[in-house]
Amino acid sequence: MSAEELTITEKTDNNISAESDTETDTDNSASEISCDTDEYSVVYERPHTLLDVNMHYCPGCAHSLVHKLIMEAVEELGIQEDTIGVAPVGCAVFAYDYMNVDMQEAAHGRATAVATGIKRLMPDKYVFTYQGDGDLAAIGIAETIHTINRGENIMIVFINNAVYGMTSGQMAPTTLVGMKTTTSPFGRDTSVYGFPIKVSELISQLPGSFYVTRQSVNKNTAVRKTKKAILNALNYQKLNKGTCFIEIIGNCPSNWKMTPVESNNFIDEQMVKTFPLGDVKLPSAEDLKQLNQIGDKQPC
Amino acid sequence: METKLMKGNEALAEAAIQAGCDAYFGYPITPQSEVLEYLAREIPKYNTKEHIRVVLQAESEIASINMVYGAAGAGFRAMTSSSSPGISLMQEGISYIAGAELPCLIVNVNRAGPGLGTIQPGQGDYFQATKGGGHGDYKLIVLAPSSVQEMADFVFLGFDLADKYRNPVMILSDGAIGQMMEKVTFGNYTVHKTEKPWATTGKPESRGRNYITSLHIQPEKLEEHNLKLIEKYREIERNEIRFEEIMTEDAEYIFVAYGLSARICHKAAIMAREKGIKAGMFRPITLFPYPSKRLNELAHKAKLFLTVELNSGQMVEDVRLAVNGKINVEFYGRLGGMVPNPEEIVNKLENLISKENVS
Ligand SMILES: Cc1ncc(C[n+]2csc(CCOP(=O)(O)OP(=O)(O)O)c2C)c(N)n1
Ligand code: SF4
Ligand SMILES: [Mg+2]
Repeated sequence: MSAEELTITEKTDNNISAESDTETDTDNSASEISCDTDEYSVVYERPHTLLDVNMHYCPGCAHSLVHKLIMEAVEELGIQEDTIGVAPVGCAVFAYDYMNVDMQEAAHGRATAVATGIKRLMPDKYVFTYQGDGDLAAIGIAETIHTINRGENIMIVFINNAVYGMTSGQMAPTTLVGMKTTTSPFGRDTSVYGFPIKVSELISQLPGSFYVTRQSVNKNTAVRKTKKAILNALNYQKLNKGTCFIEIIGNCPSNWKMTPVESNNFIDEQMVKTFPLGDVKLPSAEDLKQLNQIGDKQPC
Repeated sequence: METKLMKGNEALAEAAIQAGCDAYFGYPITPQSEVLEYLAREIPKYNTKEHIRVVLQAESEIASINMVYGAAGAGFRAMTSSSSPGISLMQEGISYIAGAELPCLIVNVNRAGPGLGTIQPGQGDYFQATKGGGHGDYKLIVLAPSSVQEMADFVFLGFDLADKYRNPVMILSDGAIGQMMEKVTFGNYTVHKTEKPWATTGKPESRGRNYITSLHIQPEKLEEHNLKLIEKYREIERNEIRFEEIMTEDAEYIFVAYGLSARICHKAAIMAREKGIKAGMFRPITLFPYPSKRLNELAHKAKLFLTVELNSGQMVEDVRLAVNGKINVEFYGRLGGMVPNPEEIVNKLENLISKENVS
């Protein structure tokens, strides 16, 4: 089956533990705060799994938001004690400074090999990697494919921002056709560099992948969907049925030379044409039934 | 006590099981594939729910060493083995492991190079093993076995040293020691369990998060880390130097050789003695830390050192540094997977002696 033939469903209704999706961007729960009394009811706070420090990310960058979502999910699932993260070289190399879980920093491209080493020895732990496109789809593509082909029971969070952020905006394997970067100053030329790799579609072909979805975080509704996808992926580790892969179309305002707002719009206007959002591969009803039977039983 | 007839590579693999190795990751390459094959067959027998033991054929040596990183970082006894080209591929990972101070065991069954070279034995990876190999300032503890027995013994020793110093240990063997069959005795080794409170096993409420990294972005911090590593290497030099001496008490001529070359030099020393030449042999067992001090002492008594290696002259540089010009240090090497016989070495020594007498 070619990548084009894949059905991309916009939205899964197989979510098992997230709140309903009825909220909209205009939803304003802040109305609960009463300013008349000294007593404020807390409607939102930093998850305790996220350390209270300033992040080094550029303003408006997707990385910080996705860090928060993962840590919220870890907190909500009550799995902080059982979670080990791996972040390789890339803008998110300092993830361990922010995420309050045990973590390993990995060499460029090798996060899933490192995660394999961890998960194989501690199959009851929740293990995730957090990788950029240069990392996962260029230098580490062999590890990516083989890890998923072995069906390693981990969650891979793949931040696709179409550039090498950390090294100042060089062309990535996911750079859009015609997109200008510091190493494709005239725009990505397919006769020289081929086409952007659609990793989600590619790896969904492997029997070892269990759940594959492509999301974004450029607006509130998208953020909620991404959060649910992360919750799902972590939960699915209890099933031990294969790799969960969450591609997140991220922005890189600094290297795209855009304001944060412009970069968020660019995702909707351009990025999704090459990287359509939605689920690429979903667990079967049978799998989900099994998951419900396992319930919240710890560990995974 | 159990004595068996085994190949070097198999003895090493069996020792890994007995030494409580939790995880082995590797990729096939001659002349060491028996390690992976043996463990693929044997480790599953020891894998229980209480003690998970893993053997995994990785997609490459790059993946292998990074799997070792993950498992070692999670506090497990992890190892990999390969031969020269595969070890080259691992160098980035080894540097990360050294930087992050992860205990693990790496085995190089050295074949002759450069490039694809040949599958026959070589010692051309001495520099790579002892001088860094990968990028940055770091040291491996390097053990050089010269028998099948030592292939087994050094696995126990290697894991213990790795845990003691939180440092990667390399066993630098060669295609001959890996492939040859000899008697090997497995004693009663007790697996030494080292506490690893730094390991990423999942963060309980009672402690802060653990993280494994080799990143220190601020130069002041990295320098601090570098200095800490150097202090550790100095401590290793103070405590862990190992060597063997054969007939050196009254020796005027001393062969200096490790691994396979040392076996041949041992025989050459005996043959030279039979000819009335006062020969002996010095065998460094730890290539880092290097037994420089002892070599220097021996240089006070001996007339000449002859370093014999299966390369174009690598360890000889360390011998010369150790001796610091005190006596003449000569070199004899064979290359390309060719292995010298003892007669050849005795001839070389005799030539050198006659030249000395002329001058
Ligand atoms: C072996 C190696 N090659 C190159 C680099 C330099 N490098 C660091 S991060 C990076 C690319 C990061 O891009 P990506 O993975 O997309 O992450 P992003 O920063 O965009 O989140 C590169 C090439 C490195 N650290 N190691
Ligand atoms: S360079 Fe790009 S990816 Fe990196 S922090 Fe800045 S905006 Fe984010
Ligand atoms: Mg990127």
